[in-house]
Amino acid sequence: MLSKYIFYFLSSVAIYAALMVLISKKPIHSVLYLTLAFFAIAGHYILLNAQFLAVVHIIVYAGAIMVLFLFTVMLLNLNIEGEFPKKNIIKFAAVIVGGLILITLIGTFRTYDLEIIKNPTLNQIGLVKNLGKVLFKEYLLPFELCSILFLAAMVGAVMLGKKDIQ
Amino acid sequence: MDYSFIIYKFTLATVILIISLVVAMYATLIERKMAGFFQDRHGPNRAGKFGILQPLADGLKLFFKEEFMPQSADKFLYILGPSLTMLIALLTSAVIPWGSSIVIGGTEYSLQIADINIGILYVFAILSIGVYGIMIGGWASNNKYALIGAIRAASQMISYELAMGMAIITIVMMTGTLSLGEIVAQQHGFNWNVWYQPLGFFLFLVCAFAETNRAPFDLPECETELVGGYHTEYSSMKLGFYLFAEYINMFISAAMISSLYFGGYNFPFMDDLGLSHNALSLLGSLAFFVKITFFGFLFMWVRWTLPRFRYDQLMRLGWKTLIPLAIVNVIITGLVLMIKNHM
Repeated sequence: MLSKYIFYFLSSVAIYAALMVLISKKPIHSVLYLTLAFFAIAGHYILLNAQFLAVVHIIVYAGAIMVLFLFTVMLLNLNIEGEFPKKNIIKFAAVIVGGLILITLIGTFRTYDLEIIKNPTLNQIGLVKNLGKVLFKEYLLPFELCSILFLAAMVGAVMLGKKDIQ
Repeated sequence: MDYSFIIYKFTLATVILIISLVVAMYATLIERKMAGFFQDRHGPNRAGKFGILQPLADGLKLFFKEEFMPQSADKFLYILGPSLTMLIALLTSAVIPWGSSIVIGGTEYSLQIADINIGILYVFAILSIGVYGIMIGGWASNNKYALIGAIRAASQMISYELAMGMAIITIVMMTGTLSLGEIVAQQHGFNWNVWYQPLGFFLFLVCAFAETNRAPFDLPECETELVGGYHTEYSSMKLGFYLFAEYINMFISAAMISSLYFGGYNFPFMDDLGLSHNALSLLGSLAFFVKITFFGFLFMWVRWTLPRFRYDQLMRLGWKTLIPLAIVNVIITGLVLMIKNHM
């Protein structure tokens, strides 16, 4: 019963924050609203009994990626309102692309009958122990491939950051 | 869910909140007394006996100061900055086990607010969002010095988070759990983690200094270069919040060091005393606070002894010394664990 109210609260916060990301005039406000949206989504993960995912979501998105966003926006001082005039055709294209993604997502989840959403405590996959076992036993190869991809991205970032490279 | 449970958790949370605030309040006095001692002078001694009322006088002064806000500041974010810093500083105390448990009328009451099974990761998450308050405040002031201070703080905290995380990973590898309550319980008696992880402890300690922005890593508020750093434009209680949050962070860091490496509420020969469960656990909490006091003292000792680092030295230390050392520590721990499992 209580979790139902929490669900509605978190959902409205997430939707409000997501809308404000688009509406806000100042880039820095957009970044902060996006962070708020991430926190609301982390709350949803906890409601689904996926605590590990929730905390990692906060560490990675709110703690690392959004801090870097904030960093960039602050350093570039992108605080002048309306600095990015967009052509109408770009706006039009963006709306169509976004709408198509929305339709695809709704189409996918409409037919699904996810047991975990109805009864989160039934499934313990979100807890660290179970998640680790699944990752390192059933999905070892994809997991290792992911880490190789990650390493490649890190090396790439270091290479791009070097000033004098032949 | 019965109401007594909610009331008990609420009371515990309130008590710990008040303890954190009072400790932080008197830490300011102790810090100034220490500074006086290290510099061969008296320190504050006018307000009350031995200056015991000094923190109250300071607080009162901060409340009555002029509330100043730069005209070009972002009003909402300017206020959000210090509030967020304070809020985040207080969040970590929820997962720290302040004692084992107390039995009243057959029911066992744990002295930890929330023993979540990912306590360590929760601490990480709080650490990683700790930069927001400083960055928002520094940026919203619309002042170059404040912005540079904020950026310094953010890059410093991000850099040292890595080494700190690696240091904690070795603890997780050894204990096989992410729950702080479980980690502390495993260090029963004198079986403290510091004996197995001396290097990890040292790395964690250095990173804790950097994460709390304390000397010798207090570059974000380096007054010789940046006037006041990220809180240059702040006055009154908003400045008070920033300064106060630093002391709370110090207290929480000391508590984290004590519970991860020095056994938390465990103390040597605790089984030989023959005390009842409740007395033992109260004594354990006392031992925990003694450890916290020691590490709090260490923070102050270092601050008034060492000079400040230069910024490039700070970055070099973080990326080229601490992180490689932390990785080596992880590898050594892994090897030892593997050999132990095969014997």
